[in-house]
Amino acid sequence: MINLNAGAPKGPLAEQWATYKSGCKLVNPNNKRKLDIIVVGTGLAGASAASTLGELGYNVKVFCYQDTPRRAHSIAAQGGINAAKNYQNDGDNVFRLFYDTIKGGDYRARESNVYRLASISPQIIDLCVAQGVPFAREYGGLLANRSFGGTQVSRTFYARGQTGQQLLIGAYSALSRQIAEGNVTLLNRRDILDIVIVDGKARGVIARNLVTGEIERHSAHAVVLASGGYGNVFYLSTNAMGSNVTPAWSAYKKGALFANPCFTQIHPTCIPVHGELQSKLTLMSESLRNDGRIWVPIDKSDAEKIRRKEIRPEDIAETKRDYYLERRYPAFGNLVPRDVASRAAKERCDAGYGVGSTGLAVFLDFGDAIKRLGRDAIAARYGNLFQMYEQIVNDDPYKTPMMIYPAVHYTMGGIWVDYDLMTTVPGLYAIGECNFSDHGANRLGASALMQGLADGYFVLPYTIAGYLSGEIHTPRIATDLPEFDAAAKGVTDRLSALKNTNGKESVDFFHRKLGKIMWEYCGMARNESGLLKALDLIAELKAEFASSVRIPGGLNEYNPELEKAWRVQDFIELGDLMVRDALQRRESCGGHFREEFQTPDGEAMRNDEEFAFVGAWEFTGQGSTPALHKEELRFETVTPSQRSYK
Amino acid sequence: MNFTLKVWRQKNAADKGGLVTYEVKGISDDSSFFEMLDLLNQQLIGQGVDPIAFDHDCREGICGTCSLYINGRPHGPLKGTTTCQVHMRSFKDGDTIFIEPWRCSAFPVIKDLIVDRSAFDKVIQAGGYVSVNSGGIPDANTIPVPKHDSDASFDAAACIGCGACVASCPNASAMLFVSAKVSHLALLPQGRVEAERRVRHMVATMDSLGFGNCSNTYACEAECPKEISVANIARMNREFLAAKLLAEKEKQVSVSL
Repeated sequence: MINLNAGAPKGPLAEQWATYKSGCKLVNPNNKRKLDIIVVGTGLAGASAASTLGELGYNVKVFCYQDTPRRAHSIAAQGGINAAKNYQNDGDNVFRLFYDTIKGGDYRARESNVYRLASISPQIIDLCVAQGVPFAREYGGLLANRSFGGTQVSRTFYARGQTGQQLLIGAYSALSRQIAEGNVTLLNRRDILDIVIVDGKARGVIARNLVTGEIERHSAHAVVLASGGYGNVFYLSTNAMGSNVTPAWSAYKKGALFANPCFTQIHPTCIPVHGELQSKLTLMSESLRNDGRIWVPIDKSDAEKIRRKEIRPEDIAETKRDYYLERRYPAFGNLVPRDVASRAAKERCDAGYGVGSTGLAVFLDFGDAIKRLGRDAIAARYGNLFQMYEQIVNDDPYKTPMMIYPAVHYTMGGIWVDYDLMTTVPGLYAIGECNFSDHGANRLGASALMQGLADGYFVLPYTIAGYLSGEIHTPRIATDLPEFDAAAKGVTDRLSALKNTNGKESVDFFHRKLGKIMWEYCGMARNESGLLKALDLIAELKAEFASSVRIPGGLNEYNPELEKAWRVQDFIELGDLMVRDALQRRESCGGHFREEFQTPDGEAMRNDEEFAFVGAWEFTGQGSTPALHKEELRFETVTPSQRSYK
Repeated sequence: MNFTLKVWRQKNAADKGGLVTYEVKGISDDSSFFEMLDLLNQQLIGQGVDPIAFDHDCREGICGTCSLYINGRPHGPLKGTTTCQVHMRSFKDGDTIFIEPWRCSAFPVIKDLIVDRSAFDKVIQAGGYVSVNSGGIPDANTIPVPKHDSDASFDAAACIGCGACVASCPNASAMLFVSAKVSHLALLPQGRVEAERRVRHMVATMDSLGFGNCSNTYACEAECPKEISVANIARMNREFLAAKLLAEKEKQVSVSL
């Protein structure tokens, strides 16, 4: 059993990060120039880390699969970014943000990391404003805030419904400045297909140039993964089409542990699925729940008539509407955390009250808010979201309620990291959504942007120095070492094998099938027999993929089918690990709902006696069962309790 | 719905390329334009034909990856909409649809419908930022910004860098893209500090990358999926002129010293 020690400093929670910063080792400017760092990914975490490390004087190479760093999927985050600024004078502080995050995560996150995140949050806003991020402002010229799910204060900073875009442009511009100054080298349109380990330390990556197909070797003194989450394992998700687990999965196969893979977030407010050919799902920001009220008809017969399009939602009288979140959770109402809101929608639809042509949708109604505040005020807050909705659904949400249904959105699980954000492989770091560390079993809205930027701008630049201070005598790593030869050969062999399968079915065929298995058995609700069935189905799918995938085109050219094939092969293996993790966790917590473990009124039932740990999985070889290791979670500052939003 | 597609196929940058005709049948009017192309690609893979390569990623209109001339119009028939948000209900059953890549020497074709837009990154690297490091930053509320300025700055910052402005311009000018970044930062006190330097460097880099000049056709504004206003171009021209005057004044001052 690997001893998983986070290595947080001793002493009171509130002083740990300051203690750490006072004691951590530094690298002097002359030596920084001689040290190479690879950053994989250019979302909020990757771009902020690469630019900050460049500012500090390290030699940085940054990789992205997109044509430019500005397209990473952080760009699609809508609602906002949390920070404990207490600008609204409504009782917020660092401790409350810390507490809300731990509680929202259903007590499955590490106290020390979460406290640090909350304490750094105000600095992020300062930096972003200095970069020129056009956050929403009041008429007095100061910053505006709004509230989000799972909290009772207004601490969310936002830029209309495009906060992720504006923050990413801020990080991208900081990165562009470092590229112009020669501190950072950008390698775009590259997939990272393997991590190279030399003498037990991460020393480089194998990349495929997506335009030419060339297999490239890149070496460094440390490797930082910022490759995002793995929601596309479900095929349909709100992730970008190219979002993938491949760099993280390569790290797992090279010895990094993968923590809590079954913790996935199903977001309650997405546009419902319309048909078999659908390629992706679109999120409608959680901020809509500030003013929108969620309901379904009280009478099943009304729901049926709506599904048959015999009546419209406006025809249903106020007294015939069930605002089920307000009914079940009067204290938080429509602003309960995401996992709670998603499950409540599923419960109503499964019980036969769902609307839309498929019956898998509920209403999100702005009628009251428009009456109270006027159409213009609502347009100013959510205009672009309403427009996007109308574009996709062909229905005007100013006149008729939106229809929404939960969809896969974010993954709390990821590569296990310690307090330094280092994985179990020395010199290999994981930041942002790609690690597991801060959100426990459920992430609160507007906290992903906060974590990505905290890791990249303010945490990693300190912690990585501790490791690199021990590397100042290590010369540039050669890329003709046997370890690079072996990794490059492994990549070339696997690509050839994929190409030479010459089967009958396209990659998408397998990806869709995988998505259906995962959604059905490892989605919003899970149970033992379903999970066991999923294990068999995934094993069958894996074999079928290996024997009958068809990839047109060549290896040495732009070949999107080949890219997808590699990614989907990794997703199939990840699916197996997620199911194993969901099986071992015989409790319900946050986004992980095991039907066997629920309270009489249908709420998640945690088991702190047996499951207050991080489940971290070790790869033990192809075809061999992975090994589970546990990091016990100790709650010294907060006392875990049954979450109540009533 | 059924469609006849005339799609630009080009193996690589060196290939001459040409239009190839395909038929697609049984498309739902709720399908997105890309879901229609996905379906065609699945058919092509089934026939052992290389599928059509096109750029796309978020499919929710914000990442700026997608492009395409659809029947000669950047991002297709709808105003203020990216290609990925165009749905087949915007076409008539039986329509013939022409699909081509952006055409501009600064954006060379990589394959089929995919072009290389890294020239835009180079323009941003020339000054599209505020030169601050991630330490020593004052509290965010020490810099009050009038709401009107902040909103106007946001309107310019909403640019997604897709290149439709260049594609729609008869001169392949990048003025709308460059001016959006210049305006975003020039409208904020944080960005004013180095506004003159920024506009000079960005314009010089834009000129060096093979983009054409602006001749005020306003096609860029009409086709921009984020409806970025041409008022930004006027603002950039003012900023540029002021920066040049300032530079000359500085030169005179240093001579007289």
